Amino acid sequence: MKNQNIKFIQGNEACVEGALYAGLDFFAGYPITPSTEIAELLSYRLPQKGGKFIQMEDEIASMGAIIGASLTGSKVMTATSGPGFSLMQEALGYAIMAEIPCVIVNVQRGGPSTGIPTHVSQGDVYQARWGTHGDHAIVTITASNHQDVFQTTVDAFNISETYRTPVILLYDEVVGHTRERLVLPEPGDLPLVERLRTSVREGVNYHPYLPREDGRLPMSDFGGVHRYNVTGLFHDMWGFPSDNPQVVHDLIRHLVDKIRNNVNQIARFKEYYLKDAKCILISYGSSARSARHVVEYLRPRGEKLGLLELQTLWPFPHDIVDEKCINAKHIVVVEMNMGQILREVKRAVERPERVFMANRIDGVFITPKDIRAILRVIQGKGV
Amino acid sequence: MAIKDYIRERFFPHIWCPGCGHGIVLNSLLRAIDKLGMSKNEIVVVSGIGCSSRISGYVDFHTLHTLHGRALAFATGVKMSLPELNVIVPMGDGDALAIGGNHFIHSARRNIDMTAIVMNNRIYGMTGGQYSPLSGYGTLATTAPYTNIDNAFDTVELATAAGASFVARSTTYHVQQLTKILKQAILHEGFSVVEVLSQCPTYFGRKNRKGTAADMMEYYKNNTTPVGSQAKKENPDLVERGVFVEKEMPEYCKEYDKIIQRAMKEKG
Repeated sequence: MKNQNIKFIQGNEACVEGALYAGLDFFAGYPITPSTEIAELLSYRLPQKGGKFIQMEDEIASMGAIIGASLTGSKVMTATSGPGFSLMQEALGYAIMAEIPCVIVNVQRGGPSTGIPTHVSQGDVYQARWGTHGDHAIVTITASNHQDVFQTTVDAFNISETYRTPVILLYDEVVGHTRERLVLPEPGDLPLVERLRTSVREGVNYHPYLPREDGRLPMSDFGGVHRYNVTGLFHDMWGFPSDNPQVVHDLIRHLVDKIRNNVNQIARFKEYYLKDAKCILISYGSSARSARHVVEYLRPRGEKLGLLELQTLWPFPHDIVDEKCINAKHIVVVEMNMGQILREVKRAVERPERVFMANRIDGVFITPKDIRAILRVIQGKGV
Repeated sequence: MAIKDYIRERFFPHIWCPGCGHGIVLNSLLRAIDKLGMSKNEIVVVSGIGCSSRISGYVDFHTLHTLHGRALAFATGVKMSLPELNVIVPMGDGDALAIGGNHFIHSARRNIDMTAIVMNNRIYGMTGGQYSPLSGYGTLATTAPYTNIDNAFDTVELATAAGASFVARSTTYHVQQLTKILKQAILHEGFSVVEVLSQCPTYFGRKNRKGTAADMMEYYKNNTTPVGSQAKKENPDLVERGVFVEKEMPEYCKEYDKIIQRAMKEKG
């Protein structure tokens, strides 16, 4: 390991490193706490490699700009927090409908509304899933430490290009602003997915929205030899608006199934001491750091505790969660909201009465002590 | 090439009502492009939502039919990512100046090289005739059944104040002038705004008793005058048409190229 590959940086910077490693070409964004460092750093770093950075007039425009840039063949990203993420929902739906690869970072702060800008929350889990209107599928990934932020950022670009879908990186204020070590992988250490481009030759009909047998749609860059239409309306294989019931039905099934049929391929998670665990903590993002601390602290003291750290939140890996929790007496979801992943876990596991919550919703980071206090209650050891 | 060669006939007939001015704008735009001898592969047409924005689907270029008001934001991403492309952005008046007003002034401020065409029919046609920010005080609309008390923007003044480096206006009656202006606008390096007065006999015309499509075009003939004409001095109610602003200013993508050169040099 080379010394210059070891960094001591913020999580937001780790995200930037991951994005550049993945081949980011274009970033459009708007300043917002606690994600601003991502924009600041990319305004400095992107032009150094011939990439482009633009600060748009708002988050609506930022989303629009990255979609436009993606269509020319660029790898694109934007970064924001709750209020900005709300503004992005309209164009996020567009990217889903038109199948535009793009990565959206939401470094979560407390909401609703302007909320508590400089403090942590994990309250946007459902917004990531259902923030934009209409039936759809979405990919949302998170991480608890900087090495994983780097890795999941690379993953986000790879998934986005593979499935032609927006991917949301749902970090939080603690991950974004904590400083810790990151070891930068060498080029080539991590696999990178490049966009699947059409092999259809000039002069031969190219159908931009006719999926191959495997559900994938090879793209053609704007400016290339194939001229086609892109729209947020339901559209046929030419990309032209259609209200034909069969076309509408088939497209929505395609949009949902291309993600749903690949839940296990998209699922990223980490597990600690699950094999013999009587009590399983399920957590994600920064709260998984405290959960892991609790497990590591109580294991030597004889408690059969385990941790399932989720990285892919959407599509929710129901089967994996169910399987991992099959023998647990108690399942405790540790998160900083009113129980957003708790609900999914209850839906996933048999005997959902085993599932409890350990949360904080006051803008303060959930500590191992908070979790242990709740564990004592759940395990009937008193307050 | 013939105009037909620029059209995706597969997607016709178009959705526009009989007498709508938007087809005239489309024809004028294609004539301008044809006269410029541009390759179809280097043109991207980005539009928003509304009657006018359906233009994008009908033309054989790279076409991006986006969200209501957001065409210029998407177009900014396309242009900045690949500056060698020619980006043309046809919009309606509500699309460009109500929901898209913020993107409009900021695109003008940046002076990014693209051609914004505001097809001004003074009404929301696709949703059935509601007042737009260009309907004007005293007009009638389905959402102004008593009378409209909203004042209108002047597109030319707004674009000029926001910093657009090319600003022009024409009408669907003055097709020769319109084609010439669109040609100039596309050639101009910087943010170009062309407002085209385009009749909507179905909604604006009917609600406001403006007669047939031909009557409305006749109105453009009789109530507009070339920029700076004597007629305007004598009758201030006349609407001026022609080129109002044409100036050389640093273009955004070119400026960003300098940033890249500087960043690369500093990095070494």
